[in-house]
Amino acid sequence: MKWNFNNPVLSKELKLRFRSGKSFGSILIYLIVMCIFVFGFIFTMMSVNETSYFRPSESLLLFSLLSFIQLGLVLFIAPGLTAGVISTEREKQTLPILLTTSQSSFQIITGKLFSSLAFLLLLIVAALPIYSLVFLFGGISPVDFGLVFLFLFVTLFAIGSMGVMFSTLIRRTIVSMIVTYGTMLFLTIVSGFLFLIVLQLQNLGTGTAVVEPSLFGHVLASINPAILMASLLSPEVDNVIFEMTSIRFPIWAGYVIFYVLLAVVSLFIAVKKLRVNMK
Amino acid sequence: MIEIKGLSKTYGDFKALDNINIKLEEGTVFGFVGANGAGKSTMFLILATLLQPSSGEIFINGINLREKPSEIRKMIGYMPDFFGVYDQLKTSEYLDFYGASYGISATDRKKMIPQLLELVNLTDKQDAYVDLLSRGMKQRLCLARSLIHDPKVLILDEPASGLDPRARIEMRNILKTLKEMGKTILISSHILPELAEMCDEIGVIDGGRLVAHGSVKDIQARLKGEKLITVRLAIITQDLISFFEENPFIANIKQEEKERTISFSYTGSEENQINLLKQAMLKDIPILSFTEHVTNLEDVFMEITKGVD
Repeated sequence: MKWNFNNPVLSKELKLRFRSGKSFGSILIYLIVMCIFVFGFIFTMMSVNETSYFRPSESLLLFSLLSFIQLGLVLFIAPGLTAGVISTEREKQTLPILLTTSQSSFQIITGKLFSSLAFLLLLIVAALPIYSLVFLFGGISPVDFGLVFLFLFVTLFAIGSMGVMFSTLIRRTIVSMIVTYGTMLFLTIVSGFLFLIVLQLQNLGTGTAVVEPSLFGHVLASINPAILMASLLSPEVDNVIFEMTSIRFPIWAGYVIFYVLLAVVSLFIAVKKLRVNMK
Repeated sequence: MIEIKGLSKTYGDFKALDNINIKLEEGTVFGFVGANGAGKSTMFLILATLLQPSSGEIFINGINLREKPSEIRKMIGYMPDFFGVYDQLKTSEYLDFYGASYGISATDRKKMIPQLLELVNLTDKQDAYVDLLSRGMKQRLCLARSLIHDPKVLILDEPASGLDPRARIEMRNILKTLKEMGKTILISSHILPELAEMCDEIGVIDGGRLVAHGSVKDIQARLKGEKLITVRLAIITQDLISFFEENPFIANIKQEEKERTISFSYTGSEENQINLLKQAMLKDIPILSFTEHVTNLEDVFMEITKGVD
């Protein structure tokens, strides 16, 4: 696999994405919604508390809500942006020509992935000024802020890589989208339910207050983005998970290992399956 | 330049290609003739490194296609029968993207793109959006795209399909220019007479098998070794007809009283043909003209493929 910073697919995709007004329109709508939410929240809190100021504790609540909105954005937009990148080329009959060029499969796959992710990153970055309003009122450290963004980037990269892999393996875009969204829903919602069910079943009938260690339960908690986001925003969540699973391994470490591995394996499969093996 | 050895492609029990063997010299223009589903596109997809062969080997310039497909991609320019274009990309940007995809520097691309657009008569369309071009223009642009990295071999799958007569003639003229440039060209077409005109060799493919391969003339001659000859006479009499009937190489004599012509199929060699004319002269047969008809490629194709299972 050769890394080439001069990636023609990436340049072309970025050019095409920002040639249409649709992308700018999407950014505008997203920022308007974020503004309405932030200012609406501030005014609601001041009106509920009957004060003319915004408390730092409320600032933390606002930050948490904004972070979950950003997470939702990543989880629901990343599959939509990436699950059709290769299958659309196939459907539009532009893929055979692209595959006969000298570009390596790695270049094509990463070009497609990063052009899609770049748009999502732009949305997140464009929302930073609105996000940074929480600093005005205190209660949030830049480290918390950086960690949340790092976590969002890891999630974005992994879900995006998975979308590109399904787009390469599955011929039709609609099927690829369904499979990618299905997997994303499993990782975010089903894993959360399974986590609770596994712990309930494990402790059912033990009759003691001592919790049996549950590796499977801990794995399920570690792959769930909502649980990790909660643990980043509130460190007590880590202790709660420890009390429930009796396994002391940082949730964030499990999360990073799982999602980085998912991204690497997805990209590897996509690169291998893009072109036919001639041997 | 191109050597195809025992190439086969199977899908389950279905044989899309069956033991194809072809050897082409550099600069040859090779035409593939075959009905729909005969295996032409499968053959071209394998040559373009887009489809894995079931068995057999392909060498282009001595390089094994199975072992070094990335090297092969640098040497070939491929134009599929059906292809799409990117929306919102201008003609010059389209070529620039593919030029960059072949690792051509920005400076070289800037020089090459106007030349390629001129070659395919699209200079005035360099700022037009690709998806707004006509079918013929898109075909020519795709041909220019396949030439962007100056490949030694061009693989053109039905380049004139769906074009109106004018666009077809334009495409044919461009291909003639490419032939003069010394490119090795593999081309398939349903417009068989066009292939006869521009190809050095043709291969007739039917049911995945190469049923005939050689120069257009060779294949025509091999076709039952039969020629159609028309003789125009000053006067037609029974004696004159008998003269032709007595010749062992002549069959199926037809006469046209009004035109004063007789036509027959002739199976003799060129020497026998010369002797026939000599004897006619010695017997004072009043021949005004003696014409050998060239069988067209459609007839050849129909004749060759009719006996294939």
